[in-house]
Amino acid sequence: MSLLIVENIHKKYGTEEVLKGVSFSLERGDTKVVIGPSGTGKSTLLRCINHLSSPDAGRVWLDEVEVTAAKAKINELRAQMGFVFQSFNLFSHLTALSNVRIGPVKVKRMKKEAATKLAMEELDRVGLAEKADCYPAQLSGGQQQRVSIARALAMSPKLILFDEPTSALDPELIGEVLTVMIDLAKSGMTMLVVTHEMGFARSVADEIIFMEHGVIVEQGTPEQLFSSPKSPRTGEFLHKINELYGETG
Amino acid sequence: MLLGGVLINLELLFALLIVGLMVGTLVALLQVYGGRFFGTLASAYAWIFRSIPAIVLLFLFYFGPSEFGANIPPFVAATLALGLRSSAYQSQIFRGALQAIPHGQILAARSMGMSRINAIYLIVIPQALRISIAGWSNEFSSVVKDTTLAYVVGLTEVLRRVRIITDRHYDLAMLAYLTVALIFLVLTYAGNHALGWLEKRLRIPGLQMVGGGTREI
Repeated sequence: MSLLIVENIHKKYGTEEVLKGVSFSLERGDTKVVIGPSGTGKSTLLRCINHLSSPDAGRVWLDEVEVTAAKAKINELRAQMGFVFQSFNLFSHLTALSNVRIGPVKVKRMKKEAATKLAMEELDRVGLAEKADCYPAQLSGGQQQRVSIARALAMSPKLILFDEPTSALDPELIGEVLTVMIDLAKSGMTMLVVTHEMGFARSVADEIIFMEHGVIVEQGTPEQLFSSPKSPRTGEFLHKINELYGETG
Repeated sequence: MLLGGVLINLELLFALLIVGLMVGTLVALLQVYGGRFFGTLASAYAWIFRSIPAIVLLFLFYFGPSEFGANIPPFVAATLALGLRSSAYQSQIFRGALQAIPHGQILAARSMGMSRINAIYLIVIPQALRISIAGWSNEFSSVVKDTTLAYVVGLTEVLRRVRIITDRHYDLAMLAYLTVALIFLVLTYAGNHALGWLEKRLRIPGLQMVGGGTREI
């Protein structure tokens, strides 16, 4: 059975239906990339998966446990899903080390010494061990995002959801975050990534989902989507992105 | 004699700050996170205690209970009346600070599986308290002086003692009041200085807008 199953998710904000029945599944160890124009419900989809917002209809399963069930232990389930935000959202009153350590200590009740060791390992993994004592405001955007990836990793999640992780970064800082993410994908982490980085999508994704107006227009391997898209909309979008962002990798 | 009175003002100040801080924090938390029912209740509380003049509150708390045969000491009446009044003002300082914390902080905490209470307690409150210090130093200046109002319910604090002196030695009135003025100049300065020190000490490195910085979680 797939690690993550999303079945017919609907979500309305006021009168606007943001998600109109989205279904897909994600296999263990795979990286799936979600692309599509702004305002098509990509971020909402991620938030429905970890229940930061609750879908109006549809179901989500993580590792055979239903997240959308009325009796779901949502905090336990969220602890198994990392979430990386566009705006990093590091806890601004805590050092990088404390940011990474607080989840294991406060959510997983790990001993502080063990959690410190783990947090240092995860910071090292994203190349920021020497910044352990810095506060978020003392770090660049790229460094903050890498710390937030380390924070997600420290929970030993079953998968990580990325919500446009490089969209708030200056162009010269995007590379360092993508490098970390590529390493992660190669190490076998299961990842669901909303992004406009086509180079990343093309080189790392096992499958790409193209979403527009709250539905999945098309999904397939990068090969299929980039060279022979079935839907004309997919082709148009990729062409436009290519013009905007240049080289697609 | 005056200094003995000042001690009573300081005791009252201490009691007021504790009552004000504890109740004020609770009211602010209810106002921001308490949902509709508790939120409305907290707003009503803040409105009532900020509307009624301090002296009226003092009389209500001092003479009110005796209507029902319960005599309460002036110190207790003053602590409740002025402490609850201060809590209403403090709640608004803290409410502003709570609302200034970006929502992403809570989202990040919840998304790692933290309960709502833990997210508020571990992530939001430590940041909000730091922002509050500046507003609190203002409230402190005002509470210090409020302690002299307690003389209307018979508390023998500094102003009451000045009255006792001047009743006997009218020629000393000016000197006595100037002394009281000086005492409060010093108290306010010392208090604000201490809060300024605290604000600097807790400042988060690199972050200008929000003060503070804990080393440990």
